[in-house]
Amino acid sequence: MSYFRAENLSLHFGGLKAVDAVSFAVEKGEILSIIGPNGAGKSSIFNLISRIYRPTSGRIFFEDQDITEQPPYDIAKLGIARTFQNIELFENATVLSNLLVGRHRHSTTQLWQELLFLPNVRANEKLHRRRVEQVIEFLDLEPYRDKLISGLPYGVRKVIELARALCSEPKLILLDEPSSGLNVEETDDMSFWIRDMRSELGITVLMVEHDMTLVNRVSDRVIALNYGRVLAMGSPAEVQQHPDVVAAYLGA
Amino acid sequence: MRFLFKTDYEDDIKLFPHSGYVVSYGLLIALLLIAPYVLSSYLMSQLVFVCIYATVGVALLILTGFTGQASLGHAAFLAIGAYTAAYLQKYNVPFPVYFLAAGLLTGIVGAMVGFPALRLQGIYLVIATISFAFIVEEILARWESVTNGNEGMRIKTLSLLGVAVPRDSPTFYFLCLAVLVLTIVGTLNLLRSPTGRAFVAIRDSETAARSMGVNVALYKVKSFAISAAITGFAGVLFAHKLSFISPEMFTLQLSIEFIIVILIGGTFSLHGAVLGAIFIVMIDPFLTYLKDDMPGIIAGVAATFGAGTEAAGNIQSKVAAFASLNGLKGAIYGIIIVLFVLFEPLGLYGRWLKIKLFFQLFPLYKRATFKRQKIYVKSERNR
Repeated sequence: MSYFRAENLSLHFGGLKAVDAVSFAVEKGEILSIIGPNGAGKSSIFNLISRIYRPTSGRIFFEDQDITEQPPYDIAKLGIARTFQNIELFENATVLSNLLVGRHRHSTTQLWQELLFLPNVRANEKLHRRRVEQVIEFLDLEPYRDKLISGLPYGVRKVIELARALCSEPKLILLDEPSSGLNVEETDDMSFWIRDMRSELGITVLMVEHDMTLVNRVSDRVIALNYGRVLAMGSPAEVQQHPDVVAAYLGA
Repeated sequence: MRFLFKTDYEDDIKLFPHSGYVVSYGLLIALLLIAPYVLSSYLMSQLVFVCIYATVGVALLILTGFTGQASLGHAAFLAIGAYTAAYLQKYNVPFPVYFLAAGLLTGIVGAMVGFPALRLQGIYLVIATISFAFIVEEILARWESVTNGNEGMRIKTLSLLGVAVPRDSPTFYFLCLAVLVLTIVGTLNLLRSPTGRAFVAIRDSETAARSMGVNVALYKVKSFAISAAITGFAGVLFAHKLSFISPEMFTLQLSIEFIIVILIGGTFSLHGAVLGAIFIVMIDPFLTYLKDDMPGIIAGVAATFGAGTEAAGNIQSKVAAFASLNGLKGAIYGIIIVLFVLFEPLGLYGRWLKIKLFFQLFPLYKRATFKRQKIYVKSERNR
């Protein structure tokens, strides 16, 4: 049984088949990339997994549990975190409170305890703060702790979004174009972090990416999509030489 | 300028980041404690209203400022609190009991309003809350067996543990102050714990909040309930202060006044609620003063500049007629809101921060410090 599995996943908007009977599996500890031209349905698959969209048909399994009908907030509680293509941070809050929201799935305190800020709330807050600090150290975010998101440059925001996802201590992380908008150096850093996430934190990674250098450097396997269908699946080199993939990109 | 060296995670959690805060807030509390023995009875009465309005302001800030859900229905929550107190008083229920009961009932009603609000955003939510306020107003006017209809209800003097507390006594003021301070402390506690952060997350991006495991619906309802409950508590004090309540006191205009409190004070910090409350309570006597004295002053100025006695008298009567126009107060409120939104979107507290920073950084202050960076990349929101 695989760690994470999508079976015949479909998403139709009227007559448009954004995702059309896509099946794939992710093994524990794997880095799997999804590539494809614009509009191939890559982000839609992510939105299906994190339940922003409801699949038209098909099922999703995580750790042998059917999560197709789970409400969106439960997906995070199961240990699936995600980042967004266009950055969805909490603009008018500080970096620290953004990262602490990532800890939400671990909060156990009750409302009335929080109103009085009882010792258990304080202890919990310190624990969260310590965990957040570990992530800050991991991603070199020390200079930004108390800054407001709205004043930060794009590249930093991208890293903070990754940090927020890591703060929830996920088992599986979905990265939606981690390198979009980043310069060459930042993309380099990102590729190291993605590999470290697997080796040091034991996180399984599923990512959508356009930058083939990054894909080649980090992925164990690659899935190529076009028009919502799987074109090819295999090692990065195999997929890039697959005739259908070449045709999809070059329009032959 | 002071630089904080944090050596413990406690430094990020505590309410007073450094000793300066303790000194200034300690001084403020001390001043507020000696106020009743120094100030005139008129100013004391205004101060009590400031406390009540600030309490409602804090409640509205939780909902609108921090959770991002607009409400023009808070006058209705205040009314429910006030009428619960008045009704239970008839059956000789002691003050602590009906005080808590009012908060509880208003909180439950708030949660019930929160449920339909889950599907509404922005302006539609505002309309929904306005309709709720009208429904409550109408019920108060028609349900005569309980609310006494348009004749209104008289509130007996507050009796705390057998001791009578008249509405203009220092004890009543201290009670209002205590409620305000407890509300602020509770809210600050909430804001530095998971629930408060979930509220802010919902305000800034519901999609991201959801993907981080926040049950958006549950937290919106919680926010409505907490906000309403606090307003209910304030309603009890409001009823006691006025000693008489009737449906026409809890109109749309009162809800708008509460919105003004947070808009003018600043929607991003609890300081805003207090500053806005001071503003709204003090603007009323100011308007009365203008109405009474302005015609005479203008006529006097006209006379100095060579207008004849008759012309001056003419001007005086015209200005007086203008000043006593119906709805002038509403128009002035409207202008104030527009001007603040256009020129001082961070409110009075934002202005205070700018002045403070100006002196801290002198002569290096840049006007652009508080400018928000424009966001060019904005994802289509998945609601």
